[in-house]
Amino acid sequence: MDEHLLTATGIEVTYGKRPGLFGGKPATPVLHGVDIRIGRGQTVGIVGESGSGKTTLGRALLRLVDVSAGSIAFDGKNITHIPEAEIRPLRRRMQMIFQDPMASLNPRHTIRRILTGPLLLHELASDTASALERVKTVLDRVSLPAACLDRYPHELSGGQRQRIGIARAVLMQPDFVLADEIVSGLDVSTQAQALKLLKGLSRELGLAMAFISHDLSVIRAICDYVYVLRLGRIVEEGPCEQVFGNPAAAYTRALLDAIPLPEYDPGWLERKSEA
Amino acid sequence: MTENLLTVANLSAVSDREDGVPVLRDVDLTLRPGEVRGLVGESGAGKSTIAKAILGILPRTVRITGGRIDFKGRDLLVMKPRDLRNIMGSEIALIPQDPQTALNPARRIGFQLADGLRLKRGMSAKIAEARALQLLADVQIRDPDRIMKSYPHQLSGGMRQRVLIAAAFAVDPQLVVADEPTTALDVTVQKEILRLIRRMQEAHGTGVLFVTHDLGIVAQICDSVTLLYAGKVIEEGPVRDVLETPQHNYTKALIAAGPRYDRPDAGLEPVPEAVFRELRQEIGID
Repeated sequence: MDEHLLTATGIEVTYGKRPGLFGGKPATPVLHGVDIRIGRGQTVGIVGESGSGKTTLGRALLRLVDVSAGSIAFDGKNITHIPEAEIRPLRRRMQMIFQDPMASLNPRHTIRRILTGPLLLHELASDTASALERVKTVLDRVSLPAACLDRYPHELSGGQRQRIGIARAVLMQPDFVLADEIVSGLDVSTQAQALKLLKGLSRELGLAMAFISHDLSVIRAICDYVYVLRLGRIVEEGPCEQVFGNPAAAYTRALLDAIPLPEYDPGWLERKSEA
Repeated sequence: MTENLLTVANLSAVSDREDGVPVLRDVDLTLRPGEVRGLVGESGAGKSTIAKAILGILPRTVRITGGRIDFKGRDLLVMKPRDLRNIMGSEIALIPQDPQTALNPARRIGFQLADGLRLKRGMSAKIAEARALQLLADVQIRDPDRIMKSYPHQLSGGMRQRVLIAAAFAVDPQLVVADEPTTALDVTVQKEILRLIRRMQEAHGTGVLFVTHDLGIVAQICDSVTLLYAGKVIEEGPVRDVLETPQHNYTKALIAAGPRYDRPDAGLEPVPEAVFRELRQEIGID
């Protein structure tokens, strides 16, 4: 048996193959044969610049986009082409935290409804009262007061909304969570809060996580293992210690050299990477 | 002693939308000719408000309640609109945050660059065009001829930002306000743009006020820094001093809160609640 929770092999995704009278729109390949493995309880970073295909890769792992080649296995089961009806039971076990929490929370629902609803839907709670009990426990864990329950998403701050998004994912008792650029819009302090929370939760709950980001520093703070993606191909992968300490690919080195650190370094601006 | 290019003194402002909540509290700030000063803080700290106040483009909901903004010894806040018009876009220029919306989508790049030169420098169309071409070459655009004929949507974000840097320096201003000019860009492009701004600034001897939330950017491009919280200056000084021997607990905590690719344990400690309490007490809020 595969000891990995999620295994993706040779993933190819192509967008926009549209037939038409005048030849249609040409297909744009976004991922060219990507291999990824995520172990149980492991936090894996997927890093890349815009256009690298990192978001598409994440969506492919959750079967939110169809792959044109390759296969995806979740917990030993090949899910590459299984019909939607068979995926649905797996959806609870594969959760997603979104980049923009405002867009991913129903503005007309209270936090109470947003959080208890899925518990009842997935029959993780037998009635409203027990659902509410669980929600309160998790709210407390993400450091939000119970008073939030009667609020609407727009009444919360960006950092608080992001924690609601985290709480909603965690409530489903998933095995795997996909987090796509979830801290990129946040202030440094709020970001540190979210990262610390996620790291703690993944340890406590044995969660496997794919953490997608353009920011290598954020990846370093939270991930065990990292994949560096460029133009739809993986150019480097390895334990963070190795990739950040001693990058093998010129591209990874160029990315690292381009990150300004908050320390006095007079030569940095004119120093050029060979990549 | 060199005279300051810009002196902001006791600048205070309130937000009329939020029942007169102060958005700037007695802000002092100076910029010498040729100096690059970082204006940093988390969202809501007031860094953009200061930039907008200098440029005279504050939203109507923000009202200045006191203080002055001296540019070359004259207070911009009491200047006649006609005098302001002569200064803005001529002696003071802006590099905006979003290169997408700052350019006119319906006009070619060459026209937009030359337009400013005709308007602000009284050049003839032909001379302005030649100058625009030179400017694009100055910002290291390889085929300026093609870019001149392009529309904004045909360019990448980094290329558009280069065009806007060219536009800002085109009029040879003494002060450039850069409002988070690299937030929308990939890191490798960001580094090129930072380098370009610094080179242009050095070549023209321009004073730059660089608004950012990133202490890393401050460290690498600025000479001095002003750190704000809730509209109040918390710490100020040469970049090296502030980063290596920060005086305020908030500055220390903020530096520690940022993740770093070279340290696995960084970026996981938010600014402690006690530090925020101390800050609020000091400023006198709550």
